[in-house]
Amino acid sequence: MSFETTRVTARYRQNLRSNLGGRLIGAVLFLCAFVTVVTTVGIVVILFIEGLSFFAEVSPIEFFTGTKWTPLFTSKGFGVLPLISGTVLIGLGAACVALPLGTLTAIYLSEYATPRIRSVMKPLVEVLSGIPTVVYGYFALTFISPFIKEYLYPEAGPYMAISAIVVVGIMIVPIVASISDDALRAVPRELREAAYGVGASKLEVNTRVVFPAALSGVIASYILAISRAIGETMAVTVAAGARPNLTANPFEAVQTMTAYIVSVSLGDTPHGTIEFKTIFAVGLTLFFMTLVMNIISSRITKRFREVYD
Amino acid sequence: MLGLRLAMVDAVGEGIMDKEENRSLEVPEVAISTNGAEELEDRTETVAINIDALSLWYTGVQAIENVSLQIPENQVTALIGPSGCGKSTLLRCINRMNDLIPGVTLDGHIKIHGESIYEKDVDPVAVRRNVGMVFQKPNPFPKSIYENVAFGARINGYKGNMDELVRASLEQAALWDEVSDKLSESGLTLSGGQQQRLCIARAIAVKPEVILMDEPCSALDPIATQRIEDLIRELRSTYTIVIVTHNMQQAARVSDKTAFMLAGEERVGRLVEFSPTQELFTNPSDSRTEDYITGRFG
Repeated sequence: MSFETTRVTARYRQNLRSNLGGRLIGAVLFLCAFVTVVTTVGIVVILFIEGLSFFAEVSPIEFFTGTKWTPLFTSKGFGVLPLISGTVLIGLGAACVALPLGTLTAIYLSEYATPRIRSVMKPLVEVLSGIPTVVYGYFALTFISPFIKEYLYPEAGPYMAISAIVVVGIMIVPIVASISDDALRAVPRELREAAYGVGASKLEVNTRVVFPAALSGVIASYILAISRAIGETMAVTVAAGARPNLTANPFEAVQTMTAYIVSVSLGDTPHGTIEFKTIFAVGLTLFFMTLVMNIISSRITKRFREVYD
Repeated sequence: MLGLRLAMVDAVGEGIMDKEENRSLEVPEVAISTNGAEELEDRTETVAINIDALSLWYTGVQAIENVSLQIPENQVTALIGPSGCGKSTLLRCINRMNDLIPGVTLDGHIKIHGESIYEKDVDPVAVRRNVGMVFQKPNPFPKSIYENVAFGARINGYKGNMDELVRASLEQAALWDEVSDKLSESGLTLSGGQQQRLCIARAIAVKPEVILMDEPCSALDPIATQRIEDLIRELRSTYTIVIVTHNMQQAARVSDKTAFMLAGEERVGRLVEFSPTQELFTNPSDSRTEDYITGRFG
């Protein structure tokens, strides 16, 4: 009996030692995760401090309702609306290109393509996201814009929003296609069989069972893609120009919020001045825009998602 | 009556007998339904599904060879046999579910009420509307209970009163009383046994002539299993039911006729024996059937 007890105790000691290693690993992993949290918190804190010091000098009412954005001119205008409109125009426009195209690509890849076609096509689609964005920008500037000017809208200048919309849209197709494809393929075979079993056609199985079940993943891909479109800077600057412009006309030049931030932070604007602080105010605004978008989309997902497990 | 059932069970094996006896005593319907089976035997059977010389290959590897079966209308036909004997594959031929697997080729004919379902101009979707299926694992859609039942009817363009159809289907599946006050809740909130009855209601709502069941109780506990078995016996009067089961006692309890399949060394499934269930379990004509039902292998 006592022998039995000794043996068990020894076994527990061994476990205790290996548990120490497990806790060490846990701590290291926690530190890694903590780095990202600290970074996020740091960014938010800096944005708030600098942004608030901007709003100490410029009234938020002027900032959010003004239609003239000329902080670098002698007659200063601090209305952020032209930048927001440029951002929203590019973001929504790119979404209009990428969401249908990406979703249909995903449905094709997951439900219709043979394994062989899929094994070739999916990497090809994903390669699109590996092309440097500046290449997209010059593709837009030297190919799409002249094409549009020549055949569709001769009055346009060399820079136009539509051309940025098209390339940014293409740029984010792989995000939608790849993540949605994974979400669609994760829907269990049993659900598809259940639908086929009551006499559903392939189209009905896909639209009424598979797609709703995969919706949370699909929406997640939309959010990522739109966030990427809103945050995209280089291609947009090259293709759409750098003129803050309150317009909904995609054939005009516009400037987005990120493009403005880059142009100021790379220019010769002295640090600490009101001109320089504008970039934090713009950044803060952008931060809230994406935050609100994320909240709304998670609400939508919760509302329509069909949880299958 | 009870004596007959016990004799039948005796052949199945000593170990099962006690359990079986208790069950028979507790559930009087068993005796009643067995009675019904005898009446049916006296009648001339109508063949609902005629499987004629069916062979099947998965990308060139043969899985079933030359199976012929005449499945009678409004009866329960059980397909039994050890794993890999092709019984599930055979079942899935009856509603052309195997069409969904790439690389399946098939030889032979299946006729349902005289109509060949493997002709070139036959739409497998139309076949599946007439031949419902219940799967091994309960697989309700991640939709409300109501929508689960209405789904098939909706996509088939049902024009009548949907509320009534949903209610009637759930009642027929013996689930209505448990879910009538929560039709808008997700089908996945139900227990496993309830989910399986929901799947049966979903199949019924399309008004098929035939219902295929692929080991419908293998994921369920004994009480849920018993409820499904009671339900199968009730549904028999309206539908032709073909059930694949691993569980020989289940085949003995619910079916009128039983087909025993077996795959040899080369793993090609063949039909060994097809007889009225009582006969197959009490007096099998093939020695391999006897070996299987007495538990000598499988």
